[in-house]
Amino acid sequence: MDNHKPNKDLFVPVDTREDDSEKISRPSLSFWQDSFIRLRKNVGAMIGLVVLILLIVMAAIGPSLNEYDQFEQDLSRAKMPPKIEGMGWLGMDGTLSTVQTNDSLDQAETNALMRFNNDEDYIETTVLNDGSNGEPAEVEAVYDVYAAKDMEEQNFWFGTDGLGRDLFTRAWEGTRISLYIAFLAAAIDMVIGVAYGGISAYYGGRVDNYMQRIIEVLIGVPNLVIVILMILILEPGILSITIALTITGWISMARIVRGQILKLKNQEFVLASRTLGAPDGRILRKHLIPNVLSLIIINTMFTIPSAIFFEAFLSFIGLGLPTPLASLGTLVEDGFQSLQIYPHILFFPALIISLIMIAFNMLADGLRDAFDPKMRE
Amino acid sequence: MARYITQRLVYMVITMFLIATFTFFLMKFLPGTPLSAADRLSEEQQAVVLAKYGLDDPVPVQYFNYMVNLVQGDLGISFQFDNREVTTIILDRIGPSLQIGLQAMIIGTLLGMLLGLVSAIYHNGFLDYGSTFTAVIGQSVPSFVFAGIFQYFVGVKLGWFPVALWGTWEHTVMPTLSLAIFPLAIAARFMRTEMLEVMGSDYITTARAKGVNKFGVVFKHGVRNALIPLITVLGPLAVGLMTGTLVIESIFAVPGIGDQFVKSINTNDFPIIMGTTLFFAFFFIIIVLVIDLLYGIIDPRIRLAEGE
Repeated sequence: MDNHKPNKDLFVPVDTREDDSEKISRPSLSFWQDSFIRLRKNVGAMIGLVVLILLIVMAAIGPSLNEYDQFEQDLSRAKMPPKIEGMGWLGMDGTLSTVQTNDSLDQAETNALMRFNNDEDYIETTVLNDGSNGEPAEVEAVYDVYAAKDMEEQNFWFGTDGLGRDLFTRAWEGTRISLYIAFLAAAIDMVIGVAYGGISAYYGGRVDNYMQRIIEVLIGVPNLVIVILMILILEPGILSITIALTITGWISMARIVRGQILKLKNQEFVLASRTLGAPDGRILRKHLIPNVLSLIIINTMFTIPSAIFFEAFLSFIGLGLPTPLASLGTLVEDGFQSLQIYPHILFFPALIISLIMIAFNMLADGLRDAFDPKMRE
Repeated sequence: MARYITQRLVYMVITMFLIATFTFFLMKFLPGTPLSAADRLSEEQQAVVLAKYGLDDPVPVQYFNYMVNLVQGDLGISFQFDNREVTTIILDRIGPSLQIGLQAMIIGTLLGMLLGLVSAIYHNGFLDYGSTFTAVIGQSVPSFVFAGIFQYFVGVKLGWFPVALWGTWEHTVMPTLSLAIFPLAIAARFMRTEMLEVMGSDYITTARAKGVNKFGVVFKHGVRNALIPLITVLGPLAVGLMTGTLVIESIFAVPGIGDQFVKSINTNDFPIIMGTTLFFAFFFIIIVLVIDLLYGIIDPRIRLAEGE
C-alpha cells in the first residue's frame, strides 16, 4: 500500500501565547452602553420614547403652528368643532351631528333641527329609521358650523373652547406648562432626595437616626393633604404648584438612595478611596452617587407622570393654575363643563395627558428592566 | 409584636398632632376671610359674627380650644351651613364615598388578580401581552379620563346608566368603574409578577412531582402564596382611591366627602376644609397601620423574623 504522506510544510505551528484565553474578544461595554442595548430591544419602551419625543416637540413648536393666540377670545366663534382640511374621514370636518329618536318621524326631525337652532340652510338631515317597522323613528342631523358662521376659510384643528380660544394652541401651551411643572418638580425631588438620603446613609449613627425619624413622621402625612394645604396658602401658580408637589415628593427618593448607599458604603472601593485620603464629599459624589444613578433615574421617571397627574388633579378641585393660563389639567377640567354637547373640548387634552402618562410609564418600565435585568418581572 | 404596635401607635399620634397643628396654623394665615360681605358689615356686626365662631380670641387660645375639641371629636361649626357641625356633615356624607370606594376596591382588585393570574398562566402568550398592555393603560391613564369616556359614551351616547347624581345602584356604576381601573391595573401587574415567581419555586416543583393536577398546583399551592405580598399594595391603593374620589365625586356629582371638600375650598369654609383634611389624614394613617399589622399576622415568616 502506498501510504500517502502529507507534506510537512502544510503544518505550521499556531502562534499561541499562554494568556490568549484571557483575551477579551468583544468590545468591552460600559454599564450604560449595555443598558442602552437592552433598552433598545424593548419595543414598549422605544414606542414610549418616540411618543414622548413627538409630544415634547409638539409642545415646543405646536403653539406657533397656526395664526391663533392662546388668549385671543372671540365669542362669535365659541365652541367650534375641530376641522382639519382633508381629514374629514376622521370626523374632524367642522360639523356637529345629533341623532334624535321619537315615536313620530316628524317630531324626530323637528327635534333634530331644533338642536341646531333651526338653522336649516346649513343642516342636512338623514332619516336613519322612518319608524315603519314598529321601532321609534331616528333622524340624524349634521350641522356645518363653519359654513353657518361664514368662517369656511378658517381651520381650528382642535376646535375652540367656550370663549372662542383656539384649542390647538392652548392644548400645546398646556402641555408645555404641565411638562415644565413635572420636570421641575422631579428635578427638585431628585436633588433633595439624593442629598438627604446620601447624607443620612453615609454619616449614619445619630445623624441617620434623627433624619430617619423625621422621614417616618413625614411619610405618615398623606401627600394629598400636604399638597392641598400648601396650594391654599401659596396661591395657585406654576411655582407654588411645583413647590407643593416637592414638599413630600422627595421622600421616596431619599429612602431609595439611603438603602442603596447603606449597602455600598462598606465596600472595598469606598475603603480604598478613603485610604487614599478622599474627603467625604468626593466619595459621595464620585463613588457612591454614580452607583445609585440608575435607581435615581428610574425613580425620577416614575415621579414625572405622577406630578403631571397631581397638577391635573389640583385643577379639578379648583386649586389649579389661575385663568387664563392653560395647563393640561385646567383644559381637561374645562372640557368636563360641556362634555355632553361638545366632547371635543375634553377629548384632545385628555388624549394628550393620557399619552404622556402611558409613554412615561412604558419608558420607565423599560429603563428599570434595562438597568437591572434581575428586577425584570 | 406588642412593642411594635405601641411604637406604631405613638408615631400615629405624633403624626396626627403635627397634621392638626399644621392645618390649624395654615388656616390662620390663609388669605381671605370667612366673612364674604366684610366690607358691608359694621365693626360691631363683624365682631358679633367672629365671636360666634370663637374667632375673636387670641390665636393661642383658639389653638388650645381647637385641640381640646378635636380630641373630643368636635371639629367646629361650618361657616357656610349655619349651625351645622362639621362632624355631622362629614358623617352624613361618608356613606356614598365609602360605598363607591369599597365597590371600586373590591371589583378592581378581584378582576385585577384574575387578569394577573391569566397572564402568569399563559406567560408570554397572547393573553399575557393583552392583559399586560391593559394593565399599563389602566395604571397610566388618569381616572378622570376614564370618567369622561364613561360619561360620554356610556352615559350620553348609549344612555345605559345615569350621567350623574346619586340615588339608585345604577348611579354608582360609572363612578365605581372609573375608580376601579387603577386598582385593577396594579393588582394585575403585581399578581402576575408574584405568580411567576411563586410558580418557579421549589415547592411548586415538589407538588408537581407528587402528581398534583394543574388546577391544584395553581390554586392551592400557587395563588395562596402569591396573595400574601399583594396585601402590601392594598394600602397605597386605598390612598390612591381617596385621591380619586375627590375628582370622581365632583365629576359625577356624588354627594360624598370629596365633593363637599371641593365645594368648601371654593367657598373658603375653613372648618370643613380642616375637618375633612384631618379626616383624610386619619383614615390614611389607620389604613397603613391596619395593613402593616395584617401583613404580620398573615405571613408567619415575618413574625418569625421579628421574634429573632
